[in-house]
Amino acid sequence: MIEFRGVTKRFPDGTVAVDHLDLVVEAGGITVFVGPSGCGKTTSLRMINRMIEPTEGTISVDGRDVAATDAAELRRGIGYVIQQAGLFPHRTILDNIATVPLLLGWSKAKARSRAADLMELVGLAPEMAGRYPAQLSGGQQQRVGVARALAADPPILLMDEPFSAVDPVVRESLQDELLRLQSELGKTIVFVTHDIDEAVKLGDKVAVLRVGGVLAQYDQPGQILARPVDDFVDNFVGRDRGYRGLGFLSSDAIPIGELTTVALGEPVPADDAWVLVVDSERRPQGWSNGAERGGATVVEAEHLVPGGSLYDIGSGSLRSALDAALSSPSGQGVAVDAEGRVAGSITADDVLRALDDVRRDVAAA
Amino acid sequence: MVWEWVPRNVDRIVELLGEHLLLSLVPVLIALVFAVPLGWLANRSAPARAVLIPASGLLYTIPSLALFVMLPGVLGTQIKSPVNVIVALTIYTVALLVRTIADALAAVPSMVVAAATAMGFKPARRFVSVELPLAVPVLVAGLRVATVANISLVSVGALIGLGGLGGLFTDGYQRNIPSEILTGIVLTVLLALLADAVLLAAGRFATPWDRARRSGA
Repeated sequence: MIEFRGVTKRFPDGTVAVDHLDLVVEAGGITVFVGPSGCGKTTSLRMINRMIEPTEGTISVDGRDVAATDAAELRRGIGYVIQQAGLFPHRTILDNIATVPLLLGWSKAKARSRAADLMELVGLAPEMAGRYPAQLSGGQQQRVGVARALAADPPILLMDEPFSAVDPVVRESLQDELLRLQSELGKTIVFVTHDIDEAVKLGDKVAVLRVGGVLAQYDQPGQILARPVDDFVDNFVGRDRGYRGLGFLSSDAIPIGELTTVALGEPVPADDAWVLVVDSERRPQGWSNGAERGGATVVEAEHLVPGGSLYDIGSGSLRSALDAALSSPSGQGVAVDAEGRVAGSITADDVLRALDDVRRDVAAA
Repeated sequence: MVWEWVPRNVDRIVELLGEHLLLSLVPVLIALVFAVPLGWLANRSAPARAVLIPASGLLYTIPSLALFVMLPGVLGTQIKSPVNVIVALTIYTVALLVRTIADALAAVPSMVVAAATAMGFKPARRFVSVELPLAVPVLVAGLRVATVANISLVSVGALIGLGGLGGLFTDGYQRNIPSEILTGIVLTVLLALLADAVLLAAGRFATPWDRARRSGA
């Protein structure tokens, strides 16, 4: 647990970066500091491992005031992933990852074998061990950055806009990777970003900070999207927060309807209505109707219209259910089971009715 | 031209070559010891930089002959002591290297330094294991300039009787032996080229990461 108590940081030029911050970062979860530039999110992060010293107030880690610790010792016990990875250009990937274990006095062999394990954990091919950072892509460098931070198995991980320099596709896979890692490792992670989408995707709790370092709202991401405390948070969270907020609502209440399917290679159905085409394993392949088939007698792959997104009944949210319905050419969203086989259909109306139920439950609670 | 001069004086040429090498390279090594901490200081503190960088520039403008002649008075050494030449060239080399080292350290990406701090490096170890190695490519470039400059400057010492191969110029001029002068010039140039090549190779060897980056693999 990390606790900020009345923490203020005033820089020598008079700028107040953080203003009377009181906040508790719970152990074992991801807490995201998010806000526009100048909101003090990075300053707040860097005060945890004493890269920056607060002007007033105290920060404690597991009840121990960090100001009373030896800074270098403290830092070796807290993983840190910096913007643009910040890898040591003159050290190989393996030696980059082994940095903290070596600082802690591990033997070279032990540190390197630990580093090799971490390369595997973050999904880096073993042949990269002897390369230098400049020989890796941005996404791979970020993985090395994460592996380096985890090398000495610290209970706390500080991540300072770690994914801001990579393209959106790579960023998304790095985020997914982080969530997967976190589900295995259960670290206490403090994550700084200016991207609200990243914040709500990763955060168990999100702290929205405003310019001048004042905490605007600190809550679970679903709550921040559903109930921004003021105009600043509302604006910052963005235009389609209603839709994105659906991502945090359970879709268990949505009824799954019947869905007519036809397998590839079977005779065409009697009527011309939209029908979902599946393969022999009942996995969706696309949609077909009379107009698209143009008189063919057998359902063939070239007559298919691509389907929309799929709604996974096991792990989906109202957002994924609604998106499946809206993106389907027939208006019927395709619900699939964990194996990707068709389970039935959902419609936008079903989703909205389910949303009504959720709202009633929330109001009643 | 009387080429027989060369084979008849091989021993002397070799002796002067050795002297030249010693007088030009020892100052580089001594200067490095002084310039690294001074460059570190100039990079770290703005007031120190404001003093050190102009001061080192100023040092370099002192005419070399004047320095050779002045130093025995200042140091209390014999006029023909090699110490004079070594001290003078050390001063020039420090003057060249302080700025180079300060700039090389300033060019180390701040993210890398911040990451090192965040990993738990203490400042001294961070300097030795992160900042200094990353400064090596620029540092070697500075060393090459300083070394070649020294090899050329040593010759001036011949005017006070201590100039390595420069002795061949003064002697050849006084006794009118063009082949002696030419031998001096050719050997000085070869020595400079050789020293430059050795430093270049050593720099490459010491920075495998830079090679990897350059090859774009």
